[in-house]
Amino acid sequence: MDVLMLSRLQFAVATFFHFIFVPLTLGLSVLLAIMETRYVMTGDETYKRMAKFWGKLFLINFALGVVTGITLEFQFGTNWSRYSEYVGDIFGSLLAIEATAAFFLESTFIAVWVFGWERLSAKMHCVAIWLVAIASNLSAVWIILANGFMQHPVGYVIRNGRAELADFMEVVTNIFAWNQFLHTIFGAYLLAGFFVMGISAWHLLRKQNIDFFTKSFRIGMWFGLIFSILVAVQGHHHGNEVAQIQPAKLAAMESHWETQTYAPMYLLVMPDEENETNSIQLLGIPGMLSILAYNNPAAEVKGLKDFPKEDRPPVLLTFLSFRLMVGLGTLFPLLGIWAFIKRKKLMENPLLLRVMMYAIPLPYLALEAGWALAEIGRQPWIVYGLMRTSDAVSPIDPSQVTMTLIAFILVYGLLGALDIFLLAKYAKKGPEEAKA
Amino acid sequence: MLESTWFFLWGLLWAVYFMLDGFDLGAGTLMPFMAKNETEKRMMYNSVGPFWDGNEVWLIAAGGVTFAAFPKTYAVLFSGLYSALMLLLFALILRGVSFEFRSKIESKTWKGFFDLLQFLGSFLPALLLGVAFANIFMGIAIDANGVNQEGLFHLLNPYGLAGGVFFVVMFALHGALWIGIKTQGDIKLRAVRFAVGLWPVLACLTALFLAMSAGFTELFQNYIDMPVLFLVLLVPVGGLIMIRHFLGQINMLKAWISSAVFIVGVTFFGIIGLYPKLLPSTLDPAYSMTITNSSSSTLTLQIMLGVALVFVPIVILYQFWAYRTFGHVLEQKDLDHDEAY
Repeated sequence: MDVLMLSRLQFAVATFFHFIFVPLTLGLSVLLAIMETRYVMTGDETYKRMAKFWGKLFLINFALGVVTGITLEFQFGTNWSRYSEYVGDIFGSLLAIEATAAFFLESTFIAVWVFGWERLSAKMHCVAIWLVAIASNLSAVWIILANGFMQHPVGYVIRNGRAELADFMEVVTNIFAWNQFLHTIFGAYLLAGFFVMGISAWHLLRKQNIDFFTKSFRIGMWFGLIFSILVAVQGHHHGNEVAQIQPAKLAAMESHWETQTYAPMYLLVMPDEENETNSIQLLGIPGMLSILAYNNPAAEVKGLKDFPKEDRPPVLLTFLSFRLMVGLGTLFPLLGIWAFIKRKKLMENPLLLRVMMYAIPLPYLALEAGWALAEIGRQPWIVYGLMRTSDAVSPIDPSQVTMTLIAFILVYGLLGALDIFLLAKYAKKGPEEAKA
Repeated sequence: MLESTWFFLWGLLWAVYFMLDGFDLGAGTLMPFMAKNETEKRMMYNSVGPFWDGNEVWLIAAGGVTFAAFPKTYAVLFSGLYSALMLLLFALILRGVSFEFRSKIESKTWKGFFDLLQFLGSFLPALLLGVAFANIFMGIAIDANGVNQEGLFHLLNPYGLAGGVFFVVMFALHGALWIGIKTQGDIKLRAVRFAVGLWPVLACLTALFLAMSAGFTELFQNYIDMPVLFLVLLVPVGGLIMIRHFLGQINMLKAWISSAVFIVGVTFFGIIGLYPKLLPSTLDPAYSMTITNSSSSTLTLQIMLGVALVFVPIVILYQFWAYRTFGHVLEQKDLDHDEAY
């Protein structure tokens, strides 16, 4: 394999692995802050135990999120040096702002929170977790503004053989990036909600700590319900935006080959990239794709054939990621509504509890699929319309990248296994006994 | 002017990173030699527990600022030192995990495994950072296309190795002093003894590194051109002497502060000597990465300067507050918390 392919694989491994841990950090930090705020306001010890129990899981997850995040910053320089050189003026500064304005805050106050239970007043301790929650979400803002520039470059000018910053405000008010941010953050909150519901369900099925886990379940339920609806509604809007800004991605998402008005959407599709068609294409809903893309059944949707072959993303992967994301995304509000209806009679609904328990991995899949869609669908561009991924790779020796790719797979595999093992152990262990 | 400002801010970020992460890397390096039993190990882990993560962000910030202010240097440096940086990265990953995971299972094998990761994850970064910076001071074989023509092992030249050993000892002493501040009883006495033993080694290595710098690098050129700069050397030398002075009084905090001054002084000795280059080329001076040929646009540098001037002081304030809050001498009850490492 050449350096390009190896570096792409390595980036995929590093990013997908990192992103297993990020959404839970984003969502659970807010949930912890809410739990601890309730403790401070009501003095009810259950909420303190809640913050501690869920906090422990949070920290096990957080550790891997942090350490695997360093990889991403390094990789732009090590593996994508041509890219770094070309857009560093803009992209690099967004990463640097993230470190200074958000990551410092998050890393400093997470330690304050962990070690501060006895050394700080209850209020100050609660402020610490709010700062962690705010900082991690702010972190996501800057990172996604940086990614948003790759998806939809704005505010730049080509000068001195590279993309230079022309208008900072345009870069930070990039609407496409903000929609990506909202989509990610809603997804992350939904994931945290389902995580809390699922683990609570496990305990409720065993009739352990019923009061504790009923309360936890309900907090998770509100998050899961609200954000599963928001992510779907806002996702549709974001899809419209993709149709306009990245038409090739949209066409690949739907494996849509021929440009047409009243474009239908097929429920069953199997792309055949080689022959530029779909080998299976069944159950079409007339005009639906035009509606989804432009809110208008008569709208013309450009097909893949109208893009030069070298400008098309990999169709099958893009298509499958999209279907997986949307399929699961449709399921979550239904599960959320079900949990909402039965929220007062959880113990009488073991089926709901069992389903919620098994649903824990699903939001993870949906979120990973979402990023796969965003990144693979953007190909062959590293910066949409501006720089090709093949022009971005470092001029380095493939053997080096082979070595590190293997190392990443081994180390990340081991760490992932240990993390899941510890999460399961501490999730099953349950909260500390209430003080008599 | 803007480029020069960023050059020295870049140096400052590295200096602060070495000063802060230096002591927790040093403590991790010393752990197998200094801690005699599980309680003492836990004291060492918990001495750095509330700080190591916040300290490491200075590395992210230093890397981020290299990317933002000098993107071409970032590109050439990170791809040119690919294997060394990846090794550093893996070491830091395994080390970070060892803090969080070690205490989670009551098993000797489990804890022993993470103790090993903690040691390697502390020792290797100290060594690699020293090797990397010595090679940056000396220059690497960058060609006209910004590609490093030499492999990983070329970094392990005599000067690079001297830099590596120098950093390991400098951080180890810094870490011993920190353990001395945070602990009491036997382990504190041992920390003091370690510091006293390491001091002459560090003094010799400092002299050796300065002497070798004259032979292997052009760091002294700026000093020769502008002799008043030699006064800057008084900072690390003074810091070094004050470490020994305060160690004699067993005033660990003041000795640690002196060590911090020493580390910042040493870093700035190199940074001043390097100016205006960020990464010299050993093939042809024209291929060197400098503040003029590798910097970002004026607009980016201006905006970033605004961001840095607002946020860095705030960061320093709240990190200082965190150090105040958790700077106390560890007691048994600190180890008994279920949140403790």
